[in-house]
This record gives sequence, C-alpha cells and structure tokens, in this order.
Amino acid sequence: MSTTEKAGGATAQYLDERLGSNKWLGKNLKKVFPDHWSFMLGEIILYSFIVVLITGVFLTLFYKPSLVEVIYEGSYVPLKGVEMTEAYASTLQISFDIRGGLLIRQMHHWAALIFVAAIAVHAFRVFFTGAFRKPRELNWVIGVGLIVLALGAGFTGYSLPDDLLSGTGLQIARGIVQAIPIVGTWAAFLLFDGEFPGVDFMSRLYMAHILLIPGLILALVTVHLMLVWYQKHTQFPGQGRTNENVVGYPLMPIYMAKAGGFFFIVFGIIALLSGLVNINPVWIFGPYTPDQVTAGTQPDWYIGWLDGALRVMPNWETVAFGYTISWNILIPAVIVPGLIFTAMALYPFLEAWATGDKREHHLLERPRNAPVRTGIGVMAIVFYSLLWLGGGNDLVATTFDLSINAITWFLRIGLIVLPPLAFIITKRICLGLQRKDREKLLHGYESGRILRLPHGEFIEVHEPLPKAQQAVLASMIESHNTPLPAPAKTDANGVRNKRYRIDKLRSRLSNFYYRDAVAPPTMAEIEAGQAHVAHEAELEAPLHEYEESNYVTVPFHGGVLHEQGEPMTNAEALEADKGSERGSD
Amino acid sequence: MSDLTTRGSDNSGDQPLPEKPHGILARPEYEGPGALTVADVEHRPRRSDLDPKAARRVERQITLMFLLSMVMVVLFVIAYVSLNSTQTVYIPVLGLIGAQNLALGVTFGAAIFFIGAGAIQWAKKLMPDVEVVQDRHRLASTPDQDAAAAAQYERGKEESGFAAYRILRRTLIGALALFPIPLVVLVRDMWTNTDPALEGLSPAEILSETAWTEGLPIVVDGTYQPIRPEDIPVGGLVSALPENILEIQKEFHNLNERGKSAIILVRMDPGEIRSQQGDGWDYQGILAFSKICTHVGCPIALYEHRTHHLLCPCHQSTFDLADSGNVIFGPAARRMPQLPIGVNEEGFLIARSDFQEPVGPSFWERG
Repeated sequence: MSTTEKAGGATAQYLDERLGSNKWLGKNLKKVFPDHWSFMLGEIILYSFIVVLITGVFLTLFYKPSLVEVIYEGSYVPLKGVEMTEAYASTLQISFDIRGGLLIRQMHHWAALIFVAAIAVHAFRVFFTGAFRKPRELNWVIGVGLIVLALGAGFTGYSLPDDLLSGTGLQIARGIVQAIPIVGTWAAFLLFDGEFPGVDFMSRLYMAHILLIPGLILALVTVHLMLVWYQKHTQFPGQGRTNENVVGYPLMPIYMAKAGGFFFIVFGIIALLSGLVNINPVWIFGPYTPDQVTAGTQPDWYIGWLDGALRVMPNWETVAFGYTISWNILIPAVIVPGLIFTAMALYPFLEAWATGDKREHHLLERPRNAPVRTGIGVMAIVFYSLLWLGGGNDLVATTFDLSINAITWFLRIGLIVLPPLAFIITKRICLGLQRKDREKLLHGYESGRILRLPHGEFIEVHEPLPKAQQAVLASMIESHNTPLPAPAKTDANGVRNKRYRIDKLRSRLSNFYYRDAVAPPTMAEIEAGQAHVAHEAELEAPLHEYEESNYVTVPFHGGVLHEQGEPMTNAEALEADKGSERGSD
Repeated sequence: MSDLTTRGSDNSGDQPLPEKPHGILARPEYEGPGALTVADVEHRPRRSDLDPKAARRVERQITLMFLLSMVMVVLFVIAYVSLNSTQTVYIPVLGLIGAQNLALGVTFGAAIFFIGAGAIQWAKKLMPDVEVVQDRHRLASTPDQDAAAAAQYERGKEESGFAAYRILRRTLIGALALFPIPLVVLVRDMWTNTDPALEGLSPAEILSETAWTEGLPIVVDGTYQPIRPEDIPVGGLVSALPENILEIQKEFHNLNERGKSAIILVRMDPGEIRSQQGDGWDYQGILAFSKICTHVGCPIALYEHRTHHLLCPCHQSTFDLADSGNVIFGPAARRMPQLPIGVNEEGFLIARSDFQEPVGPSFWERG
C-alpha cells in the first residue's frame, strides 16, 4: 500500500467515524450504470454547467453591472474616447486588457450554448425513449423547470455586456412585459426601475444572472441527479436486461474513469473552441443606445424560436373600453411558450392517464414501439423548428433571395399544417418499422440465398436472428398494449356511471395511442418461425456439403436439389430447367 | 500490471451473475426457449486482453497523453507572459484571430482534453469490459411501512391537538396566510417616481409623453446640429432628436428620453403623400415619424424610398410612410406616430407639438 493510499485510508476512516460514510461508499462504489452513448448527453449538460460556473466566477472579478456613462480609455483603438456604459467598458476590458479574459469570456459563452443545446437533446432522448414514465415523472418535471431556468440564465447573461445587440434584446423583453394586460406598465416600471434603459436595471439583471437563476439551477440539478442515483438509471432493452435489473459497468473504476475523463473532454473542447472560434464579438457591435439598431439582429440560438414566434404572428390587437390587449405580443411571447412548457411538464401524467399505464418502467422503449408518442415528439420538433426558422426569416430571405412576406406567410400556414403532417408521417414510419421487426422476429432475416426445392418451388433461405438482436426486437412485445374499452353508461345493476364522460374521453385517448398498434408475435409464433428457419437450414445442408466436397471457393449463393434431396451440378440444373419449361408447355 | 493484461473474458467481477434465468422480458411467459441471460452474451476479448504487448502499447499511448497535457500547461504559461492582446494571426476558414486568445485557448484546451482522452482510453482498453448485473429494488414501501407512517402521523396529530383546538388551528392558518404580504408590499419601491418633471404621473402617463414641445428645434443624431429643409433630399432619411436631448441625458444620467423621442425625417414628393395623421403635418414633403417600433420597441431605420416603406429589422413590421405610417405587413398592430413639424424664423426644422399618441410598444392603458 502506497503512502497516498494510507493517507486516503486514514481520511476515509476519519470521515467514517463522523459520517458513517464507508457504509455508503461500500455500497455505492460498485453501483452499476448502464452504458449507451445517449446517456452521455446528460453528462455534457452537467459538465458544461460546471465550466459556466468556473468561468463565470472569473468574469465577476472584472465585470461592472453599471449603466453609468464613462469615456472608454482601454486598448481597443476603434472605440477609444467613445462614451459608453461601465458595463460595456468592463466587458471590453475583459476582452482586451485582461490576459486570457477574452478566452474565459468566450468559454463562458460557448459553454452556455452547449449547455442549452445538450439540455434540448437530452430532453429529446428522455422523451422519445419513454424514460419519463413511472417512476421518473417527477424528475421530468424538474427537468422542464431546468429548461426554463437555462433559457433565463442564457438571456440574462447575453444582456449583460450592454452592447448594441444585447440592449435591443432587452428592449424587446421590456416591450413584452409592457404588453401584459392590466399590470403590464407597472410590472415593466418595477422590473426595469422606470423607463428603458434606466440606470439601476443592470445590477438587477446581474443579480438574476449570477445569484438567483444559477442558485435555482444548482438546487434543481442536485435533486435531479440524486433522483437518478436513487431510482437507478434506465436501460435500453437487450440481452439479459429486464425491468428488474441493471446491466452495465460499476462506478468504481469504470465510470470514475469514463465520466471523470469525459468531464475533461467537454471542458477541453470548450476551451479549444473558445481559442479557435470567436463568439459574440461585442466590440464590433458598439455600445448600446436605444435609438440605434443593426439589421440582421439575431439572439442566441435558444431564444430564436421566441423571436420567430413574435415575427410570424399576425398583427392582432383588441381595443375595448379604452384598454388595449396586444394579442400580437401576448400570444407568441407569453401564451404559446406558457402552453408549450405546461404541456411538456404534464405530458408524463397525460400519457399515463390516457393509456391507463400504472406500471414501473426501467427498460427504455424504442421510439418505433411508441408510434403516437414519437409522432407527438416529432410534431413538437417541427413546430419548434419552424418558429426557429421564423427567428431568422430575414437571413433566410437575404441568403436565398426570397420575399420576406412569402416566408412569413409560409410559416404562418406551415405552423398549423406541417406539425400534424409530421405526426402522421412519423407514426406511419414507426408502424412500418414495427412490422419489419415483427417479420424478423418471426422468420429471422433474409439471407439472400435462393434454393429451388425438388418440386420446383423457390424459397429464400432465412437465417436465425442473432440472440442480442432478437432481445432488442422482442421489446416490442413489452410495449404492446390494447386500447381501454369504451365505458358503459350504466353498470350491471343499471346504476348510472357518473364518470361516463371522463371515462369516454380516456377511452378515446387510449384508442388514439393504441388503435393502430402492430400486434407483436406470440411466443408460439416465434417458436414456429424458428422451427421453420431450422427446417430451411436442414433443406439447405446437403448443398453446403456439396460445396465443401467440390472445393468451391466462390461465395455460396444457393443451388438446386434433386428429388432425392441431393444437390445438382450446374449442368444438371440447366437440364432440369429446360425439362421444367417443357413440362409447363 | 500482469493481472490487468492477462484478464480474459471470464466474469471475474465481484458481481456474481444471477442464478435464475432472466427472460428476454419481464413477463413470465417469455422465460421459455427464447430466454436469454447475460451469460449468453458473446464477449470478445480486446487485443489488450490477449496480448501483453498490445496492453503495453496502450499504456505508452496513455502516458504520452498525460505527458502532452503537462507540456501544454507549460506552453500556456509561456504564451501568457509572451503574447499581447493586439497581435493577430490569420487561420484559414476561421479568419483573423487574436494570437494570445488562440495560443491560450489551444494550450489550455489541449491540456485538459488530453487528461480526459487518457482516462477514457484507460477505462476502455485496460479496465475490465465485462458488464455486470445488479438487481433493482422496489421503490414503493411495503404495506407495513405505509401503515407505520400513517400511525406516526395520526399519533402526532393527536398529540399536537391540531384537530381539537379549532381556534388555534384557524388563527394559525390566518397568520400563515397573511405573513407573506409584507414581502409583496416591499416590491412597490422597486421603482419610485423621483423625477420632478414627471411628478404624480403613472407609468402609462410617463410612457405617453416625450420631450417634444411646440417650437423645439430638431437636431441630427450624431452631430446634434439643427437641420434645414433643403438639407434633406427627396428620398432621403435622417435620424433626428430634440435639440435638448444631451441636456436631458446629462441631467438624468440615462438614455430614457432618447429611447422615446428619437424620430426619423423622410422627404418625398408632396404629390406622393397619400395621407397624413394630421392636416399639413409635413413641411414641403418632409415627414417626421417616431423611430421606435410600435410592436416591441426596436428603433427602425430601414427605409425604401421608392415605395416609402419602413421596415423594422427586429420583426419585419412594415409601415407605409406615404399613407399615415400605417402597418402594411408584420406583427405590429399600430401605425408609426407622426410628429407635426414646421420651420422657425432661422429656417430650421422644428416640432409643432408633442406626438398626438404614445410612441413605442402598446400597453394596456393606451387604449
């Protein structure tokens, strides 16, 4: 035992006497985690968040959240002598006068972009594989909360440098707050401390960005991970994997090394990216002033969909009794995002209710085995993507030389028509894939070898599925469900069912989910199929022997059998062919 | 080392494989012929498992990564002390990049990356790659545990007398309901109207006023010089502000007024003006409109002089300045407010009053 290990052992002993930690360690160091590339997405989120925290602390050393006007005297020549806010001046100082400051600022920005992107992809993974199902619904809700917080963290941070772009973003945010009925003007004045841009607002934004939002994220991330640990990770279906076990590698040493190493990979890539690729060059945009703007303004990617919603919304406004309701702002910026996040948070509960599924699920579902859910997910992605495209409609117009009005009208109609279309197509594809899986489970896979039987029938020889693949495909059996039956208006004794309407709705939803389900093969059918495959192999066996005895080196592509089941030579087969043609005349 | 390199495909982990056959599925009917267990999973030994030489090669490879990481740290420190922020380098595809940022980023990034790459290579090539199985445990409590929890709760409720003392219970609920009110009240002073010029005005009233008054000269944004009608050619656009804008900014130390009273001046052939918001609000074909979009408040200056269309760069609301600034496309619901203008005795453009309607985004009280 080395001296380091001795010291480590002594520390563990010291802690154990005070915390009882060895009991926990003994149990958890061997904890098994399943392996799949998509489980890394969550790790990327955590690691990029850690990078954001580390680099953020460095930035707070120099950044000044103040809108007081100063004359810039730093080393960036084009802006020398220009009047600007302390916030912008200190951002320039970080970028040009603090060595490595620009690197850290860019790492902060890149890590934030990767953080939000990884959140999105991780959420897709969890959704499409049904990982949110019982018992993990609560963790899904926490995850949805984290998405909202991440968007807030991004937007508040993006607004801090007080360059021309970020100020325009804030002005839009203020316009949205102001549009809220009844309390809008007061809410805007209280939040922004008076009119825009004001003076004290930046310190409030700063507080939200470095204390309030990250504090909440940290708290929720902790709970999120503790739940993953406690409930154990889900796993994909596969050989030997059941709903009652976890198959994978132990924490110590495999995941210590893999996950620990992956942290350095993510950290390292963010640093390399920040060294190589400029991001948010605020010195080019110049200081903010509320009466200037640049064309082609774009928010960070994750805000793009909200901006797009604002852009494509028709200009509806209601004026009644001397008051204004700005639907053109409320619908895209308040109502639609509110509905989207609410629907997202409630989805696990809605699906469980509609399908009547109360079981615990630790085996993930292959997206094709849940066609309706996959369809809904793709529908949401299409809706989001169209909004996002709307956020760049001016860039689309200038890049592809299209009319901006035409793009906007395409999106207005497309947002209503294309998502349902995407749902239908996705569902169809899933059902098709399920049918293919069913075939494979029943008959194995097609070998491409044609065999002519003694009585003239041609068959294609099937090969049995590899066991690992069979286990994956067979997961369609577990996913299969039948719709809930339509409720009766009265029970057997003629008593009226008080819950009839609700039960009917539920039955309808259940039908929506399962009506078109592909019936999976039964075990008897699989056995019969396997017997058939074995029979084909038997029929083909003599040909294999023949090939071997004749030293044939070319790949084997099938052959023809005599009546007695003996293989023919090619000449004989040719002869037999002629015979059969004659026979058919 | 030897026990690492000679490790084969045997399941030598401390997790024994389960005795019972694990079906392909949890359902008992599938524990028949198709049932598969982890023991059936084909395991291919890696080269580093079979060949001690291969294992040593991997070891050298990982060592190299860790060494490279250390070298990168040294290079980082050298770059930190020797480069300055004004030097730039040209990198194909990426363009012109600060040399210091590039050197620091690449060395720092590589130093971190190689640690991760080494660790993962270690895990993948030298640590065991045999999957092990652990059982899941039921999350829900047993009926006994449920009953024990319920009994504890009942006992606590009894002992506290929460059910028995009705007055206590109700007053406690009342007190708990009211105590957050101070926290809400405190929000009120997040903004107070301290500006003497705006004394007694509500937010909506403040939003409805700008610095423009009768006779106030119009100055050009940037130069802050007054402007004569003949300085604006037909088809031209000038961004402008009230003459006293800099004084206001100095007095209040903010840019609020600039965000409200910014205007654009456009000149068109008087014959092309189809309508205005007020009779004769132009001056010889020069029209003044607010620069702040009525949608969510972006400043607008994208003007196409042949069609007289003004386009907002943020959300593409389009206004027809020859037709009272009405909305012709996009999400904005209201026309751009027009400012009535004229000239003073010296021949400079002036405002003839404030805007007749609030500028900028809509709000509830605007009507």
